[in-house]
Order: sequence, then structure tokens, then C-alpha cells
Amino acid sequence: MPGNVVIAGIGHTAFGRLEGRSTYSLNIEAIRNALADAGIEKERVDGLFVKFPTSAYEFMYGQKLAEAAGIVPRIGGVWDQGGAANASLIGYAAMAIEAGQCEVAVVCFADNPKSGTRQAYSKPWGADEVFGWFGIPAGYAMIAQRHMQQHGTTAEQLGAIAVACRANGARNPAAQLRKPLSLDDYMASDIVVSPLRRDDCCLVSDGGAAVVLTSARLAARLGVAAPVPILGFGQGQTSAEVAQRPDLTTTAARASAATAFRMAGVRPADVDVAQIYDCFTITALMTLEDYGFCRPGEGGAFVASGAIAAGGDLPINTAGGLLSETGMPGLQLVIEGVRQIRGTAVNQVPGAALCAISNQGGVMHTHSTLILGN
Amino acid sequence: MPDHDPFPLPRVDETNRPYWQALAEGRLVYQCCKACGHAWLPARSECPRCLAAETGWQQASGRARLVSWVTYRKAFHPAFADRLPYNVSVVELEEGPRLISNLVGLADPEDLAIDEPLALVLREEHGVAIPAFRKAG
Ligand SMILES: [Zn+2]
Repeated sequence: MPGNVVIAGIGHTAFGRLEGRSTYSLNIEAIRNALADAGIEKERVDGLFVKFPTSAYEFMYGQKLAEAAGIVPRIGGVWDQGGAANASLIGYAAMAIEAGQCEVAVVCFADNPKSGTRQAYSKPWGADEVFGWFGIPAGYAMIAQRHMQQHGTTAEQLGAIAVACRANGARNPAAQLRKPLSLDDYMASDIVVSPLRRDDCCLVSDGGAAVVLTSARLAARLGVAAPVPILGFGQGQTSAEVAQRPDLTTTAARASAATAFRMAGVRPADVDVAQIYDCFTITALMTLEDYGFCRPGEGGAFVASGAIAAGGDLPINTAGGLLSETGMPGLQLVIEGVRQIRGTAVNQVPGAALCAISNQGGVMHTHSTLILGN
Repeated sequence: MPDHDPFPLPRVDETNRPYWQALAEGRLVYQCCKACGHAWLPARSECPRCLAAETGWQQASGRARLVSWVTYRKAFHPAFADRLPYNVSVVELEEGPRLISNLVGLADPEDLAIDEPLALVLREEHGVAIPAFRKAG
């Protein structure tokens, strides 16, 4: 199975404030670009796997998008795992292709929280609003606090992640935020919910992204120019709310990565470049630990060592990640992984042959992993 | 849109009414399973361990420990704007259940340590009794 299914094409819109654009319009632009990149006719698409827009739930969104795109899928729909959904959908699409349920699948996502409603991101989290428990950043701050207290992780170490991602984004012409960040800038940035600062938090972005999947065999027959094999995927779910989670400083990222690495037959040490979901800096730090790129509790020292920066042992978020390229959840990290394996990334890691990608959702509730490589 | 958002008081329903009723009477209670003895919060209609629907309530001792905390420096709801900075914590009762709550009586909102002992204090919020905690000892 590893490598039998490939990512044949990638496409996205601009990122930032895209006033007046519906999520249908953004999805369709991304799909158009991804099909053009793959060199595959739209009429061949018979699977449509959609992460619905986070900001505004809509009934039968996948079917409405299929109608708007003139696609009649044999298999598809929407999937709700928050930010883990895009990578998970790629896994489901790959399984559907292997099982003969479709031949060419599109996985896509679009949202417009910057120009549209952001209500979904600041609503009460659970039923504890009487205590002032609001907003997604606070959930991550609760986890970060425990990690800092338990393992001695420092603000400067969290800042090293923001600095590395922002440096990569500054060199990416498509990035929404191209202003580099120094560690002094980071330390001076406003505290939103202590211990998290503004610059620990990802961007809010309008935009759309899509990838086209097919079998390696069909890709070869259709003359796809730069297919990137999917070597492994996995998922994990912590599920419980932050308050109910027995251990705040590790997540189901560990199980997710273990499944994906086992499927691909590779180890963390084999990975050349990683795209690590960075909705908040603490997310990336804990994912690096849970994936086995460093030991539990040692993520702070690992990221501060320079390992994750351009030229380090494990460059991460080479297009800027959610902190700098686009706050859109997840699919853009997959697209950057494809560019790294193709050798066409703006911050190309020389000879990159194996890329690990993480997506996660909720407040570390859900996790999904992809391994791409030649 | 109303001119100002109302204070976000708890939504009381059939399942959680005993919890809020006990607080109004000055007691913090947690839910427990009559089949397997598992204890938890918040209120549920079935035991999340053995799925039994036979559940009851027990009074908490009020002794607890601090799992983690945050300090809001920005308000995410207008009703909390004049309380900044304010604490929200994850608290574990000695009987096991965990809940979101506030720590009160803190001279310095960051002078805290994970796992430090806490003691229950009830307070009133817009006429509703809710649990809060202070440093023990
Ligand atoms: Zn039970």
C-alpha cells in the first residue's frame, strides 16, 4: 500500500483578507488550480472529500460544493475533526482509491473567518463560560502552562518556534505575514492569555486549498508531471476536553505518528523536513515530542537549539506554517510537503526525500499524520 | 444584536440540575456511578466508564489540587472586561473529578505551582452559587 496512491496536484488561493469571496468560490479556485497542476481533467474526479468551513457550519456542504463545481462524486462528503480533518481526508481518499471506490479524488478546504464571521473562534469552549472560560487560545494556554511548569519549558523556547516560522514566511512571496520576528519582538508582544503571547497564536486567514489524489498507476498513464507518493498516514484522538484530560502534556499525536511511521516503514530520524501544525507554538513543540523527534519534555531545548530552523537537522514549516504563511488549518502544510518532495519549495531543503506532516484539531483533541516521500 | 451581551450564566437542564441545586445549598457535589463506582464531572446522563444509566451524587470534601491555570489579559467576552487580569484553572478534586474553576484571593496571579493543594470556597455570580478555590493552608 505505501506509495500506491500519490498526490498528483496541488492548488490554493491567495491568503489573507479576501473580501466578498464565498467559501464555494475559494474552494473552486483552489480545485481549478490543483487540477491544472495535476494536468487531470475535472471530468475524471469521482471522489470529493471536504473539510467544511470552520467558521460557519452548513448542512450538506460537500454536496453543495460538488454541485457548484460540477462534480458528481461516487464517494465523498464532509468530515468533522477540526484542524485534523484535511490530513485525515487524504488518508480516507487514499483508502477509497485503493478499495476501488473512486479513481481521482479531490480533498479541499476553504474558509473566510477574516472577512466573514470569527464567532466560532471566540465562543465559549464547553459549558464553563460562567468562569470566564472563553476562546481557543485559553485551552492551549492551559496546556502550555502545565508543560512549562512540569518540564521547565520557557517563553523564549516557545518563541524560537515563532521566530523560525516567521523567518520562513518572510521568504515566501505567497505568505500572508512576511514580517520577520526577532526573539526580542516576541518577548515584547502582548500577553493574550498568560502564558501565551500574541505571537504564539496563528494568523486568521481567508483562503482555499485543494489537492488531487490518484493511484500511482493512473498518474503514470495520465502523464502527471510530479506525483508525490503517500507513504503513510495515521490518526489519533484525545477527545476529552482540556479539563478532563488525564495528562495535559502529551496527546494522541503520539499514536497518530506511530501508525503513520509504521505504515511507511520509516523512523522519525529518517525524516528530512517536517510540516508541524502550529496553530499555537505549544502545539508544534508538543507534536515534535510526541512524534519522537525529541524526548518527552525536551521539546523546549530541541526547538531552541536551532534544529527546526532553515539549515537545521529538522527544518519545520518551511513555507511559514500557520504562524506566517496562512492560518488556514492544515492543507497548506500538506501542499508545502508536496513542494519539498518535488524540490520546488521557496525554502527548499536540499535533497528532501521524506516529509512528515501533522494536522490537529480542537484543543489537541484530534490528530492526523501524513508521510510523503519518494 | 443587543446593546450588551448578558452575563453568561450556566444553562440548567434535567441532567445538571442536582449539581446547581446543591451549590445553591452550599455543597459541591460530583456524579458517581451506582454500577461501577466511577466518579466524574460535569453532569452526564450515563457513566462514561461502564455506560450504566444509574447515577448518583456525592458531596466533595472540598480538598483539591491545581492541575494548571491561565490568566486572561484580554477579555473574550465583554462581561469579563472589567475583571482583567483574571484566573481560570483546571482543578482536580481529591475524589477524582476535574472541573474548570477560578482561583480567588491571589496576591499575585502567577504565584502558583502545579499540583499545589487548594480548598473550595463558594461564591456568588449574578445570583448563582458557583465553585471557586483558594490556596490551601
Ligand atoms: Zn459506571
